[in-house]
Amino acid sequence: MRQLRYRDALREAMIEEMERDDRVFLIGEEVGHYQGAYKVSQGLLERFGERRVVDAPIAEAGFAGLAVGAAMVGLRPIVEFMTWNFSLPAFDQIVNNAAKIHQMSAGQFRIPVVFRGPNASARQVAAQHSHAVEAFYCNVPGLYVVYPSTPRDAKGLLKTAIRDDNPVLFLEGETLYGIQGDVPEVGQEELIPFGSANVVREGRHVTVVSFGRPVPMLVKLADQLEQEGISMELIDARSLRPLDTATIVASVKKTNRCVVVHEHWPYGGPGAEIVDRIQREAFDYLDAPVLRASNLDVPMPYALNLENEVIVTPERVRAAVRQVLYLD
Amino acid sequence: MSKVLDELQTMYRTMYLIRRSEEEAARAYSQGKVGGFLHLYIGQEAIAVGAEAAIEKTDYVITTYRDHGVALARGSSPRAVMAELFGKDTGLVRGLGGSMHLFDAEHRMLGGHAIVGGHLPLAAGVAFRARYMKESFVTLCFLGDGATNIGGFHEGLSLAGLWKLPVVFICENNRYSMGTPLSRTTPLADLTVKAAGYGLAADRFEGNDVIVVRDRIKLAVERARSGGGATLVEVLTYRFRGHSMSDPGKYRSAEELEEYKRKADPCALARNQLVASGIAEEQIAALEREVEAQVADSIQFADESAPAARSSIDAFAYASGSSV
Ligand SMILES: Cc1ncc(C[n+]2csc(CCOP(=O)(O)OP(=O)(O)O)c2C)c(N)n1
Ligand SMILES: [Mg+2]
Repeated sequence: MRQLRYRDALREAMIEEMERDDRVFLIGEEVGHYQGAYKVSQGLLERFGERRVVDAPIAEAGFAGLAVGAAMVGLRPIVEFMTWNFSLPAFDQIVNNAAKIHQMSAGQFRIPVVFRGPNASARQVAAQHSHAVEAFYCNVPGLYVVYPSTPRDAKGLLKTAIRDDNPVLFLEGETLYGIQGDVPEVGQEELIPFGSANVVREGRHVTVVSFGRPVPMLVKLADQLEQEGISMELIDARSLRPLDTATIVASVKKTNRCVVVHEHWPYGGPGAEIVDRIQREAFDYLDAPVLRASNLDVPMPYALNLENEVIVTPERVRAAVRQVLYLD
Repeated sequence: MSKVLDELQTMYRTMYLIRRSEEEAARAYSQGKVGGFLHLYIGQEAIAVGAEAAIEKTDYVITTYRDHGVALARGSSPRAVMAELFGKDTGLVRGLGGSMHLFDAEHRMLGGHAIVGGHLPLAAGVAFRARYMKESFVTLCFLGDGATNIGGFHEGLSLAGLWKLPVVFICENNRYSMGTPLSRTTPLADLTVKAAGYGLAADRFEGNDVIVVRDRIKLAVERARSGGGATLVEVLTYRFRGHSMSDPGKYRSAEELEEYKRKADPCALARNQLVASGIAEEQIAALEREVEAQVADSIQFADESAPAARSSIDAFAYASGSSV
């Protein structure tokens, strides 16, 4: 294994898949000449040229729809949204077209498009720029939604996404781009299948299930709790649709307690979906209600002191963990 | 002093206030006192100020995330603007919005909006009220050149054109949308041709001379107010700083930037006009000192204000009660 940054792992996945398959191309704002708003696509224009690294004007509905159309006739686009907030003008294309055409055409047309970009707050960018979109999109059958938290998962899941014949929404994190982690050596191809959760850390007393940006924070929290005598099992769902119920349920059957941690708003979403599956499949094993720790149920404020309270904090997770253990 | 000169001096004062506030905001950003995105208006001051001089206090204005200049031109308190950038409770929107979301109902400033193109239909809606209530106010809607490609632009213009709404869309063509020059976002050299498709009137001019801006926007405002419908105005300009503070601006040459700074600095131009009209250097310097003091005061006020209040977190997600 070698160390790679999350951003570089994503880039490697795109390079490998673009080299493997000429039908794969990247389109989005500032992906080419500017080298990517967050530098994920750095160097791709020089490597693949303007035919395959396409700078688009600010026309999200246009280029998302263009990608769906191109996919209907055999191309395999990767659409970069500068951030997922800007997918909202393209919501109609994703929900009405990308997600529906395969079913509406009775399987005659496939939509192998990957939509990718950073999700959730990038810190102090306020209400319109801080959406955690997984709750919107996970509701839609016909879409896959994945949200890696490590460089290895970023690479392995993106390769799978690009090869999949369905529309895949690939959520990244602005604050994840810089993190380093183990990634298999060049030449050791790894495709991480959708619908498989990752047991990041084994534990005995409580299961914490999360995905995406909160995961690194939870790894640290697990260390702290360990010292306080609480053994926390951490599961990174990483694929939200499909969701690996079996791994989560098996863990809860072992620990008998669970806290689900997410950044999206608490009303519904994959966070609530996970809780629902646990109560259906592990009801008799639960020693406490399953709790959730999430962002607060308000639009994101700008001021740092307020944002720090609104975004799910380690303190809120700790409190929930202690509560399911009846320690407080 | 003549009325004309007096007006020029007032406009220069506001432009200088914007310029100096922006410079200080940039400094505060590098000191970590301002967070998130900070999009500066430096280089484009003549547009907000000239446009403001073309309308009445009872008219409405709406703009993008590049909104500090527009708010200050409208008359928002420099203290409240700076405190907002600092995320303070005394900020224009109590630290909830930050740089990109300056709203000021008292000054009929309907916000800075951060999703490109999203506010153009809002502008049409504001103008719709004037028509609906048979009121005579006009709405100014600022947007960037890059915004002319997104759906919101086309749908906003579509409705404004159809119903002859009293709105003026002011496209500030600073020749770049983030790192992309205009030539790579549209095949058109002249963005106003887009007006024709929706039945809007159009105008297009260089926007560094605040007097020119005022007079040309006035024409569109008068058209709107007198029932002649909406106009798309393309004002050519240039931003002297990066797209936001995080943009090193590698996509344009230092020569190009210097050239615009030398030839097309709206503040320098307005100042020269004052000098040429016989205003004494000392008088201009005194006015500038006054502005410096005002900006320093706004920084101090922002620095010393209390942080955003915890109670603001859930105070505003919903309106309480009913206003009818
Ligand atoms: C729908 C949408 N897509 C992308 C962005 C990211 N973004 C913010 S400003 C900007 C460039 C806008 O350029 P322009 O309209 O010319 O305005 P300027 O910044 O030059 O004033 C981009 C791409 C956004 N805010 N909204
Ligand atoms: Mg521009």
